[in-house]
Amino acid sequence: MAPTIKAGESYGFFTDTSICIGCKACEVACKEWNQLEGNAPAFLDSFDNTGQLDAQNWRHVKMLDQVPDQSITSGNGTAWLLMSDVCKHCKHASCMEVCPTGAIIRTEFDTVFIQQDVCNGCRNCIAACPYSVIGMNQQTGTAHKCTMCYDRLQAGKQPACAQACPTQSIQFGPLADLQKAADVRLEALHTQGVTQAQLYGRDDTVYGGLNAFFLLMDKPETYGLPNAENAVLPSRNNIGGYLGALVTGVVAVVAGLVAFRRRGAA
Amino acid sequence: MILLAEHFVRAPQWTWYILFYFFFAGVAGGSYVLATILRVAGDPGDEPAARLGYYIALPALVLCPILLTADLGVSWSRFWHMLIDTTPGETGLNFKYWSPMSVGVWALLIFGFFVAVSALDTWARDRQGRAQGLLGAGLGRIFSIVGSIVGLFILSYTGVLLSVSNQPVWSDTWALGGLFLASGLSGAAALITLLVRYRPEASFSLERLRLADGYFAILELVLLVAFFATVAVAGSAGRILPWLPLWVLVLVGIGASMLGVRRPARLQASGESAAVVPVAMEATVVSILVLLAVLAIRAAVIFSAQ
Repeated sequence: MAPTIKAGESYGFFTDTSICIGCKACEVACKEWNQLEGNAPAFLDSFDNTGQLDAQNWRHVKMLDQVPDQSITSGNGTAWLLMSDVCKHCKHASCMEVCPTGAIIRTEFDTVFIQQDVCNGCRNCIAACPYSVIGMNQQTGTAHKCTMCYDRLQAGKQPACAQACPTQSIQFGPLADLQKAADVRLEALHTQGVTQAQLYGRDDTVYGGLNAFFLLMDKPETYGLPNAENAVLPSRNNIGGYLGALVTGVVAVVAGLVAFRRRGAA
Repeated sequence: MILLAEHFVRAPQWTWYILFYFFFAGVAGGSYVLATILRVAGDPGDEPAARLGYYIALPALVLCPILLTADLGVSWSRFWHMLIDTTPGETGLNFKYWSPMSVGVWALLIFGFFVAVSALDTWARDRQGRAQGLLGAGLGRIFSIVGSIVGLFILSYTGVLLSVSNQPVWSDTWALGGLFLASGLSGAAALITLLVRYRPEASFSLERLRLADGYFAILELVLLVAFFATVAVAGSAGRILPWLPLWVLVLVGIGASMLGVRRPARLQASGESAAVVPVAMEATVVSILVLLAVLAIRAAVIFSAQ
């Protein structure tokens, strides 16, 4: 049942990849609701013909081939990892940090949203997003990504992808409720012996916590997600960069003064 | 074996407009700073070269916002959103000290004021044949020094801007700001040298310009080593290697500049007194190589991540 949606509360997605069947209903629902035309199909080395998240794909079912090259024997056929990827709506969002126009904001639902009438297409957010989520829409000249169906939330409806998901791999709701549900699910899997299952973005070790977090069946890097050690913000380089420039500037000015020092009329 | 650092980020497609913006920002900032050093610390005979520097800074800087605006594509008319936040209900000035792009836009605007006033001042000096400018000796000197501080920022912030991202290579090093600063100053010295032929009295400063270029090149080489080391430690060296020809060009430019420190070249052809001063072929070739290296180092860095 869809939760009651109120402004001022934190909402998010809990995507449980252990029960994703790769049907792509989320992709279709997202495109339908958000009127995304999509790109021409990519013929990749799997059942994935979407390819990546970008301006036209705000949900992307990753299909990671884990089939062993040798013939499968009993117990080693893990086959596929399936994951419906989406903007993570990070608490400490790299895109929002670098955006020079103030176009990227946190909404009243605690989601990260790009204001299309403010964005000027500088692409600084694309350089910063560690999840390769944001893409440029060439028609509008602005950056696009998942809005967590902001317009639907304002109307009290849950996002289209979560509503369409037939296995409840994508769950939408208040963040605190989702975190509790994720903890229960993880414990159940561990009890069943699925020890490789782990939560990603549930706590604050990755970008202060993700409003769209995941239950993964392998380590984050396998899914193309930075681990906690590599989940770093662009601003980490401000001090080092400016300090290097400052020292160089001082040395260069001294060098210039030495080269051009007054020597009397030639 | 070369391992790639763990980056899952998408490239922002910053290409030709940004490359040439970085180049002209370097030339503008470098020319202004060198002009000020020449005027403040040099001999009276260095004044013509200083004026050349202030003149060069103006057209180079005018190109900068044009290139940046063109890079926005169909959103070009929203360039001003960098300065003014148009968020409904929260309209106001945009300034994020932690975002080099935001700081840089303001710095560009402020530097534009300094460059324009200095160019006007130089034009007035030339036109009236005066040693003192519109602002007077003391105030004019302070004005140029403050402008040069902004110029040093313009020289370097483009490198810091790249580092303040999550892109491979760019974000794996602290050296880009300093590297672009040293390279920009070297390029400005080369460009002034190249244009001395159109301002005969500025030939007084040729030898010192070459010497300064050599010092800047040494600094650039040190930072280049730091850049390669930091990127290699981060595991991103594999992304740099495909651009080897550009790096070779950078090293050729640095080497050509450094020759000026070891062995001052014959900079001016002898026996001529025409309005156009014939600068020795060697100095001309060196200057062109240095300018190509300034462009090449920016291209190599920008394209390595993309």
